[in-house]
Amino acid sequence: MRRAGGSGLGTAAAVVYAGAIYAFIFLPVVVLVLFSFQDGRFPVPPFRGFSLRWYEALIADRYLTAALVNSVIVALVSSAVAVTLGFLAAFGLARFRLPGAGLQKALIVAPLTVSYLIIGMGLLITFNAIGMPKSLFAAGIGHVVINMPLCFAIVFSQMGAHQANAERAARDLGAREWQVLLLITVPMMGPALFAAFFLSMTFSWDEFIISFLLTRFDVTLPVEIWSMLRSGLNPKTNAAGSLVFFISVALLLVLELAVFGRRRAR
Amino acid sequence: MATVRRRGGDGLRPWAFVVPALLWTVAFFCAPFVVMAAVSLWERVGTDLVASWSFVNYAKFFARPHFLEAMANSLEVTAIVTVLSILLAYPLAWILAERVPERWQRIALICAILPFWTSYVVRSYAWLLVLANNGVINQALTGIGLIDEPLSLANSRTATVIGFVHFFVMLLTLTIYANLKQLPKNYARAAADLGASRFATFVHVILPLTLPGIMVGAFLTFVLCIGDYITPQILGGNSDLVMPQLIMLQIGRRADFPTASALAILLMVVVTLVYIACARWLKLERA
Repeated sequence: MRRAGGSGLGTAAAVVYAGAIYAFIFLPVVVLVLFSFQDGRFPVPPFRGFSLRWYEALIADRYLTAALVNSVIVALVSSAVAVTLGFLAAFGLARFRLPGAGLQKALIVAPLTVSYLIIGMGLLITFNAIGMPKSLFAAGIGHVVINMPLCFAIVFSQMGAHQANAERAARDLGAREWQVLLLITVPMMGPALFAAFFLSMTFSWDEFIISFLLTRFDVTLPVEIWSMLRSGLNPKTNAAGSLVFFISVALLLVLELAVFGRRRAR
Repeated sequence: MATVRRRGGDGLRPWAFVVPALLWTVAFFCAPFVVMAAVSLWERVGTDLVASWSFVNYAKFFARPHFLEAMANSLEVTAIVTVLSILLAYPLAWILAERVPERWQRIALICAILPFWTSYVVRSYAWLLVLANNGVINQALTGIGLIDEPLSLANSRTATVIGFVHFFVMLLTLTIYANLKQLPKNYARAAADLGASRFATFVHVILPLTLPGIMVGAFLTFVLCIGDYITPQILGGNSDLVMPQLIMLQIGRRADFPTASALAILLMVVVTLVYIACARWLKLERA
């Protein structure tokens, strides 16, 4: 539907402009995915025909599948820890009057303002100093540092008065604190916790520099893809990149359907 | 025992909820930062780190031209990227908010940010496919006979800027669109009723009201752009280094943690200064 004031020329200009920007936004992704199916050795034009051989090569690559498993593990575990810590802190700060609450909030969200490179470097130097070797575990600690502030902010913003009333009612009826938390607050906060968890997962899944600095042998997928880049332009790298893209979009769809779909249905 | 809990009787218990998060932040964010600040005052002598407690690494930054150049490159690239991204994203956000039918907006917006969900490393690599000497653009231009020799687009500052702008156009479209949607439609109608042209309405009503959205997006762009290592490393190549590349060089090639720490802290100082400048400017705009 066109707005009353919209002239034909203006609409045409809008369509051309939006089309051009969309083309710019999609160009690299289309090229990436298209040439992951390239039946040839170079992921550049001309397109020599459709083939799945680079995906087969991907599955046969033990380093890559190991990195994929590492990425999934670190994403799941670090997000679970980040959501748990962030949720508990949000609950404590939303429900109780604590001295220095403003300062505590500021401290918890502070890592959001510092670049991942600096967070990773600080951890690297510190772990180095205390003699802790590089590992997936170390990278996981870093992922919790970057994701916990986000989880805290999301959950804290959704803590409202009606949950507090339900919690008070449960306490009056004799529920213990852990029962209130697990049986009342967590279910009521479900969508926010789910959104926080999934957002953390996607950030952890995509995070490069912290994993790059803090892992040595058990690398994550972005780090493994980074080392694949040394071989220059290669359809196998396209296939790996496309796979990451498909998985991320699938995660996004799950989030969209589970959280926003539910909200719309209400 | 079912007892009614009283407000004052909580004691130390509420702390149990907050302390884990606080401890985590102190142990893995604050402490490493203090360690990094301390190490920046050390020195690397031969293969050893010596706790010399001097500002020699900071002095080095101002004494060595290529260190200063990296900072200049970082600021220049970031400034260009921020301005270009705003200029490209604003019209798109406006078209999405004003010209696209309401029920298509959500889908149009999701499409506009879909490539956001490719891995960050992969996105830079994908631009390499487009910009390489035998890449899509050069082959297309040679194919239609516009050029004979391939343009060297990859491994340049231009490539870095393109890669960054691609990412931040998506980000800024989101923040500006969100801001535009919050504006009551009545403002534009009132301006029109008072005789303002569509252009005047935009310049005097819509644009000033969306400045907060622009500033939030611009600051986010600035912070993420100036701290990023991946895009300049993959697309920019090894000339015209930016600060994160310089920092990673100190860590990777030379294991020179003191110099790397000093450079990282200098970079943080610059970001903080820009933040203070932005905050002041924002307040002035509102007054």
